[in-house]
Amino acid sequence: MSKLLVPLTTTGLTTNVHRNIVAKVTRSPIESNSLRVDRVFVTPSVTSSRENYLGYAAVMTDQDCSENNDAWQALTGVPLLHGAKTLSHLVDGDIIGINGKTGFVRTLYRIESNNNVIFATDRCNSNCLMCSQPPKKIDDSEKVQENLTMIRLIDPAPEFLGISGGEPTLLRDDLFEIMRALKKHLPGTFVNMLTNGRMFCYEDFTEKYSAVEHPLFRAAIPLYSDIPELHDHVVQAESAFIQTVRGIYNLAALRQRIEIRVVIHKLTYERLPHLAEFIFRNMPFVEHIALMGLEIMGYVRKNLDMLWIDPVDYQDELFGAVRYLNSVGMHVSIYNHQLCVLRKELWPFARKSISDFKNIYLDECEKCSVRDKCGGLFKSSHSIHSKHIKAIKGDETPPALTTSASDSVGSR
Amino acid sequence: MHSPLYRDGYIQNGTPYQLLPFRFAHLANDSLCLVNDLGEYYFVTPDQLRQLVHKKLGNGDVLYRDLRARHFIVDDNTQGILDSWIIKYRTKKSFLDGFTKLHMIVPTLRCNHSCPYCQVSRVSEDKQRYDMTAELAHATVNLIFKSPAKAITVEFQGGEPLLNFPVIKLVVQRMAAERDNHGKQIDFVVATNLSILTTEMLNFFKEYKVDISTSLDGPAFIHDPNRPKAGNDSHAIFLENLERARSVLGIQAVAALMTTTRLTLDYPKEIVDEYLRLGFKSIFLRSLSPYGFAVKTRQQIGYSIEEFIEFYKKAFEYILELNKGGVDFQEVFAKMLLTKMLSPFATGYVDCQSPSGAGIGAVLYNYDGNVYPADEARMLAETGDKTFCMGNVRTHSYDQLFSGDVMKRLSAVSCNETLSGCAQCAFQPYCGSDPVNNYATQGNVLGQRYSSDRCKKHLAITSYLLSYLRAKDPEVMNIFLAWISDGTVRHMEQPVNV
Repeated sequence: MSKLLVPLTTTGLTTNVHRNIVAKVTRSPIESNSLRVDRVFVTPSVTSSRENYLGYAAVMTDQDCSENNDAWQALTGVPLLHGAKTLSHLVDGDIIGINGKTGFVRTLYRIESNNNVIFATDRCNSNCLMCSQPPKKIDDSEKVQENLTMIRLIDPAPEFLGISGGEPTLLRDDLFEIMRALKKHLPGTFVNMLTNGRMFCYEDFTEKYSAVEHPLFRAAIPLYSDIPELHDHVVQAESAFIQTVRGIYNLAALRQRIEIRVVIHKLTYERLPHLAEFIFRNMPFVEHIALMGLEIMGYVRKNLDMLWIDPVDYQDELFGAVRYLNSVGMHVSIYNHQLCVLRKELWPFARKSISDFKNIYLDECEKCSVRDKCGGLFKSSHSIHSKHIKAIKGDETPPALTTSASDSVGSR
Repeated sequence: MHSPLYRDGYIQNGTPYQLLPFRFAHLANDSLCLVNDLGEYYFVTPDQLRQLVHKKLGNGDVLYRDLRARHFIVDDNTQGILDSWIIKYRTKKSFLDGFTKLHMIVPTLRCNHSCPYCQVSRVSEDKQRYDMTAELAHATVNLIFKSPAKAITVEFQGGEPLLNFPVIKLVVQRMAAERDNHGKQIDFVVATNLSILTTEMLNFFKEYKVDISTSLDGPAFIHDPNRPKAGNDSHAIFLENLERARSVLGIQAVAALMTTTRLTLDYPKEIVDEYLRLGFKSIFLRSLSPYGFAVKTRQQIGYSIEEFIEFYKKAFEYILELNKGGVDFQEVFAKMLLTKMLSPFATGYVDCQSPSGAGIGAVLYNYDGNVYPADEARMLAETGDKTFCMGNVRTHSYDQLFSGDVMKRLSAVSCNETLSGCAQCAFQPYCGSDPVNNYATQGNVLGQRYSSDRCKKHLAITSYLLSYLRAKDPEVMNIFLAWISDGTVRHMEQPVNV
């Protein structure tokens, strides 16, 4: 693994933290008490001057304060997370969530990243065979408030933001509240929401969604096959194909922005060219189509035999689909594929789609002349990847590649 | 996490299915082409067709899956989205939205050319008699503004319309000034031979964004005899003025049409090359309009439809070769048919629609105020047969014109879905009805379509194109798909980006 990945979590011990906290990281002290409310003061060394620590949402340190009497005194009554395993990944402007009970600290928003995602819920009404983030049947409705807080705290506005889950539309009215908050606080930020689209088959739901009138909001909806039974099988839900297709039509009728996402694996690769034709014939209004490689996470590991096919072995189908969509003037991209496994004609369609925090390159990649232009691999693909990953020699210079961040937002 | 991780049972064999409406035609030995109302097509063997209609296909079969995805069959798993059929059908018929979109005005019948294939123009005749008056032009503008379409095209036809430039100016200025009040988008086009184009006219066209549609029949040795004028310099003047027009209006603002005569038939390549040489991106290979030629003229310039089809194929194959060599160049008639076959979209070509474009898609206001549902209808009128005169701008209201007897008579025969013969034809979704043509060539609005030249031509070219789609050569398919999108062949190194 040749790329250093930024950790997104840490843990510590909490004191005086009676609720879950969502707040913005500051590494330098803030003078005005009134501005400290939504901040976590992250400091490696706690001093004895108590007034330095009052008024923050929390103070976070990697010192073990139970053994540091001076600091302990200074922090009496202050919401505190101490003994944190690491602090180094946190920079000013990051937004973190602290679990008051467990001391688990999750980075919700990284100011230095262009791959930030609002995690809407763990719940889902599908159960896809290749889900990288298997759903949980839990009540996580408190996430809505956390996300609303986070949206309010994001500054400056990023170019792109994703919404993911779980299935975000299960939030129903709360989703619209999140959308309205995005429109209000981050009006210039393009938002790509990963959704199975099934809820949009309900017209009243889609009408409410459309009524938010967020011009930079796009629903990214998976369609795995032009064969309804196969789509239903892949997402493990009866009538999902019908609901999703109806949903896409309902969205289109209200002029909503739509992206189609197709994960390519052993069950779906064969009819890719047919699916491409189905999309143009039936939904020419979608603004982008992403054809995506498998992320070896979640259920994929358990269903590996059923799903895994070396990308080199579906190049004909992928090429057919991409060429067709490109020829009819649709905007098509390839995600999650290494350049060395793609036919050269497909290189201009390949995007650097893997979020930075889980994006790796192999040792072999260091010898590659197009490494900088390649999207690399998922961290989870370190041991399971194409057998054909091989450094490309310098004389095989490819055409210029584009990194379209709007394409890759929320590709997970 | 539940165990097992997944469950089977979503894919079951043996679900019953129903047929959706489709028609079929023999294309070649052992090959049938199925076509449905949405323009989707599929090639099967006779044996496969039997299996299909006798409900012998299982949903694991590729044939079953292909046909279901293309709306030839529906089953329990697709019943819930059958209204996508409706959405697609409505899209195919969306040329009807807003009613009449093409409004043609004839400012004058006078012309300085004497083309043998033109039945309309009068050379150097009485100006008073053949020019539209300013008063009539105003009345015509008032009428056009009553048309419900939001986006319309106003096209000046002739004669040579520039011979009555004041009326063009009057109409364009008034419509440009008032279009916002009427909530209309208006495109202007002048159909002109370019020969009397002045700088004043060009500047006016530039200011008001008026496009030019002109005529080019090929290199000088074809163009000059086809389009004679005093001095016999038609082609030379065309070249000179084409250059001037492009330099002021831009290359995209000038389009050209060709008409095929007997002389043309031997020179498909030369004609295409001339269009290419002059920087045109497309050519419309048009056969002669079949209206009332004198016997002498017919012998001179006419030909059988079979000869035209042969010419068309030669030119088309040459164009295809050019495209394979990387030249972006389209044939407009093929593009129209391919759009119906390969895309979910409607086409705007009024001569090949169902309901027919006559009056519904296009209307023509003649220099004398008479209103006709098509250019061909006024040509008939000029030869003495006013069957299709809808009324007069001066004496008839919008409703009287567009809901009058002529439109009622035309509407009754304007859907090829309901015309016997057409209704059963596999190519019906790719074709249209043309009652004015039927009347002109066969004496009544219904006609005997299967014996008409129009039908022969459409059948021949449609099956010709379908044979390419059946062969499915990737290179050719790529060219066709490019034609039906925005016309540029997309090479893989230049992906479409938003």
